[in-house]
Amino acid sequence: MSEHINGKGLSLIPKTDVKQTLKDFKSDQEVRWCPGCGDYAILAAVQSFLPELGLRRENIVFVSGIGCSSRFPYYLDTYGFHSIHGRAPAIATGLAASRPDLSVWVITGDGDALSIGGNHLIHALRRNVNLNILLFNNRIYGLTKGQYSPTSEVGKITKSTPMGSLDKPFNPISLALGAEASFVARTLDSDRKHLQSVLREATAHRGTSLVEIYQNCNIFNDNAFEPMKDPEVRDDIMLRLEHGQPIVSASKAVVRTADGDIEVVPRAEVSEDRILVHDAHRPDPSVAFALSRLDEPAFQHVPIGIFRQVDRPVYDVLMAEQLEEAVAQQGRGDLGDLLMGGDTWRIG
Amino acid sequence: MTKQVQQLDRVIIRFAGDSGDGMQLTGDRFTAGTAEFGNDLSTLPNFPAEIRAPAGTLPGVSSFQLHFADHDILTPGDAPNVLVAMNPAALKANIGDLPRGADIIANTDEFTKRNLQKVGYAANPLEDGSLAEWRLHAVPLTSLTVKALEGFDLSKKDAERSKNMFALGLLSWLYHRPTEHTIKFLEQKFAKKPEIAKANIAAFQSGWNFGETTESFSVSYEVKPAKLPPGVYRNISGNQALAYGLIAASVQSKLPLFLGSYPITPASDILHELSRHKQFGIRTFQAEDEIAGVGAALGAAFGGALGVTTTSGPGVALKAETVGLAVTTELPLIVVDVQRAGPSTGMPTKTEQTDLLMALYGRNGESPVPVVAAMSPSDCFDAAIEAVRIAVKYRTPVMLLSDGYLANGSEPWRLPEVADLPDISQEYTTAPNGDDGAFLPYKRDTETLARPWAIPGTAGLEHRIGGIEKADGTGNISYDPDNHDLMVRTRAAKIAGIDVPDLEVDDLDDDTKVLVLGWGSTYGPIAAAVRRIRKDGGRVAQAHLRHLNPLPANTGEVLKRYDKVLLPEINLGQLALLLRGRFLVDIISYNRVRGLPFKAEELAGVIQDVIDSE
Repeated sequence: MSEHINGKGLSLIPKTDVKQTLKDFKSDQEVRWCPGCGDYAILAAVQSFLPELGLRRENIVFVSGIGCSSRFPYYLDTYGFHSIHGRAPAIATGLAASRPDLSVWVITGDGDALSIGGNHLIHALRRNVNLNILLFNNRIYGLTKGQYSPTSEVGKITKSTPMGSLDKPFNPISLALGAEASFVARTLDSDRKHLQSVLREATAHRGTSLVEIYQNCNIFNDNAFEPMKDPEVRDDIMLRLEHGQPIVSASKAVVRTADGDIEVVPRAEVSEDRILVHDAHRPDPSVAFALSRLDEPAFQHVPIGIFRQVDRPVYDVLMAEQLEEAVAQQGRGDLGDLLMGGDTWRIG
Repeated sequence: MTKQVQQLDRVIIRFAGDSGDGMQLTGDRFTAGTAEFGNDLSTLPNFPAEIRAPAGTLPGVSSFQLHFADHDILTPGDAPNVLVAMNPAALKANIGDLPRGADIIANTDEFTKRNLQKVGYAANPLEDGSLAEWRLHAVPLTSLTVKALEGFDLSKKDAERSKNMFALGLLSWLYHRPTEHTIKFLEQKFAKKPEIAKANIAAFQSGWNFGETTESFSVSYEVKPAKLPPGVYRNISGNQALAYGLIAASVQSKLPLFLGSYPITPASDILHELSRHKQFGIRTFQAEDEIAGVGAALGAAFGGALGVTTTSGPGVALKAETVGLAVTTELPLIVVDVQRAGPSTGMPTKTEQTDLLMALYGRNGESPVPVVAAMSPSDCFDAAIEAVRIAVKYRTPVMLLSDGYLANGSEPWRLPEVADLPDISQEYTTAPNGDDGAFLPYKRDTETLARPWAIPGTAGLEHRIGGIEKADGTGNISYDPDNHDLMVRTRAAKIAGIDVPDLEVDDLDDDTKVLVLGWGSTYGPIAAAVRRIRKDGGRVAQAHLRHLNPLPANTGEVLKRYDKVLLPEINLGQLALLLRGRFLVDIISYNRVRGLPFKAEELAGVIQDVIDSE
């Protein structure tokens, strides 16, 4: 259990004394993803994680956009809002900014968050409203049946790109760090333990947390993350990011280069004290950004875990403080005084 | 020298100058003095979208028209009695509106060869006799101002800046306006720059004294205070009244106000105004774009707030998808459209009524939305409360239409008693409404057809809503054909069944043949035109629609009561199209889209033509 758990991230949200189980968070709706979809694993992980928070179930809200992953709220017995394409961060911002007593989650995908909703995502991150954004990245458009997405690799052959896609993909972690996000993490649908450990930190973080979840679409982009699931190679390519720990995989390590950059080298070739120790709380995001660039080209080495976790003023708290300050300065608003407040004159 | 004082019943003044000349401020101050004096008044600011268009050019001309009277008036007036022209461009841009015999006060200092050339005057109109049919007062406003401020530690350029205050002082003398408020205003505005404050006050007083002493003005004018209904009044613009209406609606509905908005002309002042009143618990959120503005408002509404978004036409276009989401999730939401000239960017600072069909139909699917329109600047207050009443009672987005003319125009407003404002509060749903403690988010109130509003934090009512079609009652996803048909018809029936008062007709006779119908900001010009017709012995009835959807139940009956129905609109006949289709009445449309309100005289002529064609 982390030092942040039950910390200020959840401090404004009412707790329950009732013991909750996974069952409490299952709605009565039939889950309608394709058999074998990575979304099932994420749903099960979230449902079994939520009881741990001990929050009143009615104070949890899942907001989503459009796409396969955005059906998620229907399957959780909390409050839910399945909205429109790309707009979930905006809708959730209004909700969270006006209701600091809610645990507000945004469920989105790579198309939803990074194409049509890109603008809302970056502004939510810079504003730092209290939101947990789970970005299911399957690197394909699923619900519209298989067009390339803003995270698909260049040259992707799809129905809309029979000769290969031309545009360079976004790296969601780099994008989030560039947008000044205060919490940025990456995890994997099939690793429930890791996924839940990231969620634990994300919920403990007050502000916007962005969690990229690599998620397999077995229909339109199967095995997109195969190297990370293959027991033969996964432990070599996955660089575990743990605050205060050296950044290593089974066989590799991250070190600083002479010119101040970072690089991945065989672990056997460096002494322990040369290995970069992960500092997720570092105010300056440049090292986190450099770490996010290590999986270029994709899957040679993939940092996984929490890239950045810093304290920054939280929008909904600041907004509430301004209201209190206004009342302190001017007294609670009085309608009669407001109307009479200008230059008035009396007739008769 | 004792000057003659002449009594007038009403005056129309237009201040015109470069957009950097401070004409809007000058107009505002003259208006404040006039309001304080107790005249009825109506104003029409008219300015370019550019903050500072090239100096001295026609596109850079900014003007402010004020109509004030000793009786109640309805419009900012058709043709000015006085034009204050701060430069040749201002003269050229406005002389066409000025009737022969009107006064022109021209700032001779700016009538230089270069400035004349800029606007295509071959000769100086102040000297070549071309203004012989007007009463020209050639006054070197700039140099008189500079001279008056000689004792101040100011650059010549800074001194010149005060020429609008000199002009204001002169006009204040000419029309016997009180001066105390303007002096106090200048002291406050320049509190941090006392030298500038003193200079502006000196310029203002010099302008007054100049009027008193110069022979150029032999007469000054008095317009007695108007006999208006008793009460406390203040002068108010449409945008400010609309903001106050939203605050009042928040208080009267007991709902915290959440505004999600993106700056856009001419609606931004509502955002500014609401941002100043956080002591009412108002959250104002300047979003990254129009879509996020309405999205955040809808998210807040899901959380139990009074969600509001304010915008103009281009913003409404961007918000359409979210408004559709509000229609299907049946949450209260207010979408304020301060209409401006379109299409596309159009003319941002000019007025139009061209968004009516977009407000009604500008969404995918069968997506009915109530539409409420304000009819005068101060009426924006009442219209806002009515829009919120409908939104909250029926759990629906409501389009509230204002326009650029109402937004920036102002008039005296008789303040309502807070105790007289309607209670528009509704309870959140807190208990299950189905069998065995189940909660059915789409089980409706049998009378209003509104669904329950159960907000997060309410135990036992956890539920999911969204844009996908919902099963009647449970709200679960449904693709069932008959259910969809039922839900489409039910949503339509809910909006059609909203309680809307009957359309009132102002008709003085039994056998009037012609009805003039209007909606929105045309109320003032239509009513003024109707007065003219009646004054001349003509017979005409008038009715004005506040509710565009649903229409008052008696609308068809009213239309059929008259031989002829005339409908002036500042669009190409949008409401006429609807009324013809729905009631099979052959409406006579009168349409102008010049970015300006109708003139009373113009409409009187149109009405007379319709009467004469009987």
